[in-house]
Amino acid sequence: MSGAVAGVDPERWEVVIGLEVHAELATRTKLFSSATAEFGGEPNTHIDPLTLGLPGSLPVLNAHAVELAVRVGLALHCTVQRSVFARKNYFYPDQPKNYQISQYDLPINADGWLELPSGQRVGIERAHLEEDTGKSTHVGGGGRIHDARYSLVDLNRAGVPLLEIVGRPDLRTPEEARAYVSELRAVLVAVGASDGKMEEGSLRVDCNVSVRPRGTEELGTRCEIKNINSLRSLGRAIVAEAARQVDLIEAGERVVQETRHWNEDDGRTHTLRSKEEADDYRYFPDPDLVEVDPDPAWVEQIRASLPVLPAERRHRLAERTGASGETVALVVERGLDDLCLAAIDAGADPARTLTHAEHNLSDERSRDLDPAAFAALVRMEVDGQLTATQAKTVLAELVDSGGDPAAIAAERGFEAMDTSELEGLVDDLIAAHPAEWQRFCEGDGKITGFFVGQVMQATRGQADGKAVTALLAARRG
Amino acid sequence: MDDAAAGSRIDAEQVAKVAALARLRLDDGELERFTHQLADILDHAADIEALDLEGVEPMAHPVRIVNVLRADEPGAPLDRDEVLSQAPAAEDGQFRVPPVLGEAP
Repeated sequence: MSGAVAGVDPERWEVVIGLEVHAELATRTKLFSSATAEFGGEPNTHIDPLTLGLPGSLPVLNAHAVELAVRVGLALHCTVQRSVFARKNYFYPDQPKNYQISQYDLPINADGWLELPSGQRVGIERAHLEEDTGKSTHVGGGGRIHDARYSLVDLNRAGVPLLEIVGRPDLRTPEEARAYVSELRAVLVAVGASDGKMEEGSLRVDCNVSVRPRGTEELGTRCEIKNINSLRSLGRAIVAEAARQVDLIEAGERVVQETRHWNEDDGRTHTLRSKEEADDYRYFPDPDLVEVDPDPAWVEQIRASLPVLPAERRHRLAERTGASGETVALVVERGLDDLCLAAIDAGADPARTLTHAEHNLSDERSRDLDPAAFAALVRMEVDGQLTATQAKTVLAELVDSGGDPAAIAAERGFEAMDTSELEGLVDDLIAAHPAEWQRFCEGDGKITGFFVGQVMQATRGQADGKAVTALLAARRG
Repeated sequence: MDDAAAGSRIDAEQVAKVAALARLRLDDGELERFTHQLADILDHAADIEALDLEGVEPMAHPVRIVNVLRADEPGAPLDRDEVLSQAPAAEDGQFRVPPVLGEAP
């Protein structure tokens, strides 16, 4: 791991990154009331007395939210434990109760890890349940908060269940941070806990960044960056914030612990508020709610119902095929690993199978490919009945409309070219292009492509490029 | 409770800070009165802290029940127009509130 961050001298500085991810849980209703938790809708139509914080309304916990939280916790190798809901007190119009119900000292999930495609394990401190807030729109002053004349509040989202997943500061580069979020999203989707849509805000990332002299252990003062709306922004925000902190320290100043706002337009982070003042949330156990203490037998039942997770799928595919980590990660990300394994079971060559999955099966419908047909195609190719190019064409048609690869090949007139036919073609070409042949004989490797191209043109792509190259070499002697 | 003991647990400055966080405006007389009251409450907590509670599980709730859950079934929403008609100000189906400085914590 290089540990390099653009613009920061890697010899002198180490960047330390920890992410807090808020995932909206895929329940039908809110965390503590029966208003719909659906995304969008006309403003203030997903409301009930609790959402509005009306006097006398009482929260009752959504059983499905608990189950989804436990599913994620187990997938992240956390300890599922007795937990308590607490009030986080602050005033803001997007949550009319004037407190957010969250979990504080006793979260439902504690102490786990997430394994990235690189094999790196990132620690998970906790994953706890809490309520989402409503949305406010600032009117006047061009929509900028500080110049707004007034704000409009829509409470549809207020009370939607969130799982806040707090990662340990184990990340060192923007690439690792992005890989962490992608992997976490894949896990959330795999266990059915969230749709993982960053663009709809169902997955939101806050990023803690600090820097320290390389080789030292003590963590530097961190800043928390908010308003990160995409994986690309996440990477850019880390680079900008790390450079800002290094510049400060090198100029003899110090980093102040605060929350900063990422601005996509100017590519910088800006002070939002200082932590010291705003952070006095006066947490205390919510007297309206009782403890959640999941029955161990129920937790085991949930564990048994979890699907095979991405990390295990990568291990399984790598073991079976011996393919590189990147190829395996891509194939699993596309959800093609089951297809590949089934095709290999049906006799397909593992390496060719994965090459197709990596390069020729980016279409989403590829997952529905018939493994037997896929295997038959790979066998035809390995047996020399189809060239790589022809196999790719047949595969595209299999994805489009299914069918039998042999029949598709025959329909297209794809037949293995007879060696003597190919030899004749190559000899004719050599005779017709003496200057090019001279260059080839003198060792000009680039001219090989010319001959292969001519043969492909003459055969309308049916020749096997590798066979042509071999023939040329043989003719040169 | 004498003043010295009260002052040792909480002072007027701390009470003023808590009041500010709770969006309460207190005059000097109130500040003094609530400083005493809060100190009394803290003294009561200190009495409990002084007990030997070795081996006693902390309680998060006075009633010893756990796992009160409801099924994830949608219920009927409130009528928006009726709700907004009771708000101090509304616009475009939304609550209209004074300009907010800064973002939600």
